[in-house]
Amino acid sequence: MNTAEPRSWTGRAMPRLEDPAILRGWGRYVADVAAGDDCLHVRFVRSSHAAGRIRSISAPAHVTLVTAADLAGLHPIRAVLDRPDYVTVATPILADDVVRFVGEPVAAVLAPSEAEAEDALDEVVVDIEPLPAVLSAEAASRRDAPLVHDTEFPGDPNTVVDGRIHTPGFDEAVASADRIVTVQVGSSRQSAMPLEARASHAAYDRATGRVTLHATLQMPHMTRTGIADCLGIPEDDLRVISPDVGGGFGAKMTLAREDIVVVHLSRTLRRNIAWIETREENFLGAWHSREQVYDIEGAFSAAGELLALRGDLVCDVGAYSCYPVTFGVEPLMAMAELPGCYRVREYSVRSRGILTNKCPIAPYRGVSRPVQVLAMERLMDVAAAELGLDPVQIRRTNLVGEFPHRTPSGLVLDDASHLETLQLAADMADLAEFRERQRAAREAGRYLGIGFSSFAERTGYGTPAFAARSVPMTLGREEIATVTPGAERVICTMDPSGGVTLRIGASPHGQGLRTTLSQVVSDALGIEPSSVRVIDSDTDTTPYGWGSFASRAMVIAGGATLIAARELAERLRVLAAHRLGGLPDDIDLVEGHARRRDTGEEIALRVLARDTYHNAQLIPDKGQPALEAVGVYDPAGTFANACHVAEVEVDPDTGEVRIERFLVAEDAGRLVNPAVVDGQIHGGIAQGIANALYEELIYDERGVLVTTSLMDYLPPTVAEIPPIRIAHLETISPASITGAKGVGEGGTIGAPAAIANAVSDALAPLGIGVFHLPATPHRLRTMIRQASRTKEAAS
Amino acid sequence: MTRSTVPVRLYVNGDRYDIDIEPRRTLADALREDCALTGTHLGCEHGVCGACTVLLDGQPVRACLMFAVQAEGASVRTVEGLAPDEETLHPVQKAFWEHHGLQCGFCTPGFLTLVTGYLEEHPEAQEDELRDVLSSNLCRCTGYQNIVTATMSAAEEMRG
Ligand code: FES
Ligand code: FES
Repeated sequence: MNTAEPRSWTGRAMPRLEDPAILRGWGRYVADVAAGDDCLHVRFVRSSHAAGRIRSISAPAHVTLVTAADLAGLHPIRAVLDRPDYVTVATPILADDVVRFVGEPVAAVLAPSEAEAEDALDEVVVDIEPLPAVLSAEAASRRDAPLVHDTEFPGDPNTVVDGRIHTPGFDEAVASADRIVTVQVGSSRQSAMPLEARASHAAYDRATGRVTLHATLQMPHMTRTGIADCLGIPEDDLRVISPDVGGGFGAKMTLAREDIVVVHLSRTLRRNIAWIETREENFLGAWHSREQVYDIEGAFSAAGELLALRGDLVCDVGAYSCYPVTFGVEPLMAMAELPGCYRVREYSVRSRGILTNKCPIAPYRGVSRPVQVLAMERLMDVAAAELGLDPVQIRRTNLVGEFPHRTPSGLVLDDASHLETLQLAADMADLAEFRERQRAAREAGRYLGIGFSSFAERTGYGTPAFAARSVPMTLGREEIATVTPGAERVICTMDPSGGVTLRIGASPHGQGLRTTLSQVVSDALGIEPSSVRVIDSDTDTTPYGWGSFASRAMVIAGGATLIAARELAERLRVLAAHRLGGLPDDIDLVEGHARRRDTGEEIALRVLARDTYHNAQLIPDKGQPALEAVGVYDPAGTFANACHVAEVEVDPDTGEVRIERFLVAEDAGRLVNPAVVDGQIHGGIAQGIANALYEELIYDERGVLVTTSLMDYLPPTVAEIPPIRIAHLETISPASITGAKGVGEGGTIGAPAAIANAVSDALAPLGIGVFHLPATPHRLRTMIRQASRTKEAAS
Repeated sequence: MTRSTVPVRLYVNGDRYDIDIEPRRTLADALREDCALTGTHLGCEHGVCGACTVLLDGQPVRACLMFAVQAEGASVRTVEGLAPDEETLHPVQKAFWEHHGLQCGFCTPGFLTLVTGYLEEHPEAQEDELRDVLSSNLCRCTGYQNIVTATMSAAEEMRG
C-alpha cells in the first residue's frame, strides 16, 4: 500500500475511546451519582398477589409512605398504537385500587439511607383481597376468563392485539402442496437481565425548580417526553441524563413507573431522590419477554420448496403495555417478519397479544425473532427429514437469493447474502467430516448433533417501518398519543481549535458508539478519532433522538453522522479552495489539513476553523461564522444476515448439552470497527445460548415469580459458552448510507434455533425433537426417559 | 431514629480511611459510600455476579457479602488501585482494552480485580485453570470470548 494514501479509520479494530476511564473504575453509573449524595432513598412496596383489590396500605407514623392517593393529578402511562385490533390499557403510576401482577409497585417509602428505606419497607402492611388471576394466554383468552383490565375487548377476552395477513393465493398453494409439515414451537419467559439493574437519581435545583434525572436508559429523550406527559409538565422542566449504562438489551428503553415517582417526589419535596433497584425487583418488574407459542404449517413441494406458510402466533404480553413501543411489539413483529430469509409466496397468519396477570413484556434483544427463527428453522429441519432432504439443501432451495425481495407482509429485503453465508457456514462446519464422527459416536452410545440456523436481522429501521405497524384510524384528532420511532439527528461542530464535537440523539450503553462514530467522522474530515468528542445521552446537550435499540445505532446515527460530517467536510473544502486556489473538488482533507491535490499546497484545518469564528471578514461567501452541520437520517431499514452452526453433545443420563463448536457466517455490511462487531455477535450468542439451554422465568400456580435471584435464573458463565468462530461477508447495500448494517441482535436471534436443531439432530435416534426453549437438562432428561420407555414398551 | 455506628479503619489502595458506619454496612457499600470509591459495582448483592470483587490481602472476595468491619485492619485493593499511576494501566487493564474485553463495563472492575489477584499469585496459570477462575463472575455483554483472550494475554505479559 502506498504510504502516502490516507488510511481509513473505518474498518479498523481500534481499541475503544470509552475504555480507559472504565478500566480504572472511573465509569459513572447512576448508583455512582447517588453514592455520597445527600438524597432521600426510595424503595417500592410491591404486590405479592397476581390479581387483587387493594383494601388498605398502612405503615407506622415514622415511615414516610407514598401511595397512589399522593399522586393525584398524575396521568397514567398510555402506550397507544393506531390499529383497530389494538386495545389501549392504562398503567397507573402506582397501583390504584387493583393489582395486576406480582411485583407491581403499590407504594413507595422514603428514608435518608438505602438501609433505612429497606427497614421501612418491612413495616408497610398491604392488605389485598385476592381476585382470580389468569396466568396463561390460553386461559386468559377463553370465554368467561377474568379480565386483567376492565375494558372492552373487540375480540376474545384479554386479547389486545389480533393481527392477520392472508394472501390471495394461499389456499390454492396449500392445495397444490405435496406435503404439509406442522410444528409447534415455544419459548419460556425471559429476562434481558442487564448486569446493572435499573436506577435513577433526581436532583432538584432550587434556583430554577428544575429536576435533573440521571437514569439508566436507552432512550433519554423519549423518557423525558414520557415522564413530562405523565406529570403534566413542560419537557423543559426536566433534564434527563443517561450516564454510563451497565447494559440494556432492550430492557432500558421502556418507561419505568418508578422513574416517574422519583421525579415527582423530587419536584414536590424539593429534594434529591434516589432509587436503586435490587436484582429481585429487576426480575419481578423490569420487563419480561418472549413467552410465545407458535403453531406453524408449511406447505412443501416434494422437492422441498416452501409453497405457503401458515402461522398462529400467540404472545403472552403480561399485565400492561410497555411505553413507547407497546405490547404490540412482539406479536406484530412476529407477524411481519416470520418468513425471515425464506421465499414465502403465500402467507396466512394470525398473531395475538394476550394479557395475563404477569409482569409486562417489553423488547429484549431480538424481541420475537429468536422464536420466529426457531419456528422457521425447526420447520426446515422437520420438513427435510420428512422429505428425505439434507438440511443444507432444503435451505438452499428456499432462501431468498434475488434482491430487492418483497415479502408477503410487504417488507423489502435489500441486498444480502443468505445463500453465501449458508455455504460459508457449511464449509466451516465440514458436514461430511462431522457426520462421520457422529456415526462413530452413536455406535459408542454418544449423542452428537449439528444444527443450522439461517436468518435475516432487520436493522436500522426508522419512521417508515414503525409507521407500518399502525393502521391509522384517527387522523385529524387533536392530540396524537401514538409514538412512532424514527429518525436520528446529530450536530457536528468544529470548534476554533479544530477539534470536533459530535452531539447525537442516540444513546449508547456499551456498544462503543463514541468510538465508531468518531471513526466515521475522522474519515470524512481527515482527522484522528481521538480529536472527536462524542456527546450523548443528555437531553440538555444533545439533539432530540430516539436512542439506541433495534440494532439501529450504527445504521441510523451512523448515517446521520456521515451526512453531517460530509457537509462539514464540503464546507472546509470551500474555505480551503478560497485560500489555496483551485476548486473545492481539488481539495483533500488529510491529517488535519486541507491539501490541494495538484500542487500539494495545504492549510491546517484549525486555521480555517479559527478564521471562521474569529475573522468572519475572511469567509468568502459570507457564510455562517461557525463550522457546524446537522445530519438527519431516517431510513426504511436494512437486513443483516447470517447462518449459525452449533455442534453439541447431549448426555443422555443428565440431559446436559455441551456445545462443542459454534460457528457464524455473518454479513453485517461494512464493518466500521470489526472488534466491536465481533463483540456484539459474541455477546448476542451468549444470550442466545442462555435462551436455548438455561434461562427461564417461572411463575408458580398462584402467579408468584419463583426465579428472583441469579441462582434461580441461570445466566451462563464462561464455562457454558464455547469459543465462537466468526467469518464475515460484507454486502454493501444501498439501504444504508454508511454501508453498515446493524448487528446488535443477530447473535441472540440465530443461536437458539441452531442449538435446538443440533440437540434434535443428536437425539434423532431416540425420536426426540426440541421445540420448546430453554431445553434445560430437566426437560431433556424427561424426554429422553420417556422415549426410552416408549422404545422398551414397543420392543 | 438514631442509629448506632462504629468506627472502622480501612486501608484501601494504600490510603487510610477512618469511617463511622453501622455494623451492618457491607464492605461494598463502605467503599462506595464512605470512601467514594465507586469503581466497585453491585450487580446482585447476593454473591453471584462478582461485580463487587475486591482484593482483601491479595485474595479476591465478594465485597457485597462481607461487612466492612470484617475488613478492619486488612489491606483492600479495588479497581481504582490496580494501575500504578494515572499514565499507565496495569497489564490486565491494558489487555482488556486491547482485546475489547469490555462493553458496558459494569462487570469489568470485578473481572479486573479477580484476574489480577489470581495472576499475581499464580503467574503460571494456563487457560483451563484461568477459565475456571473466570467462571466465578458474570458478564452479560461480551459472551466472555474477549475476556478469556485478554486474560491469557495479560498472563503472558505478566510472566514477562
Ligand atoms: S454484587 Fe456482589 S456478587 Fe453480585
Ligand atoms: S461488559 Fe457489560 S456486563 Fe460485562
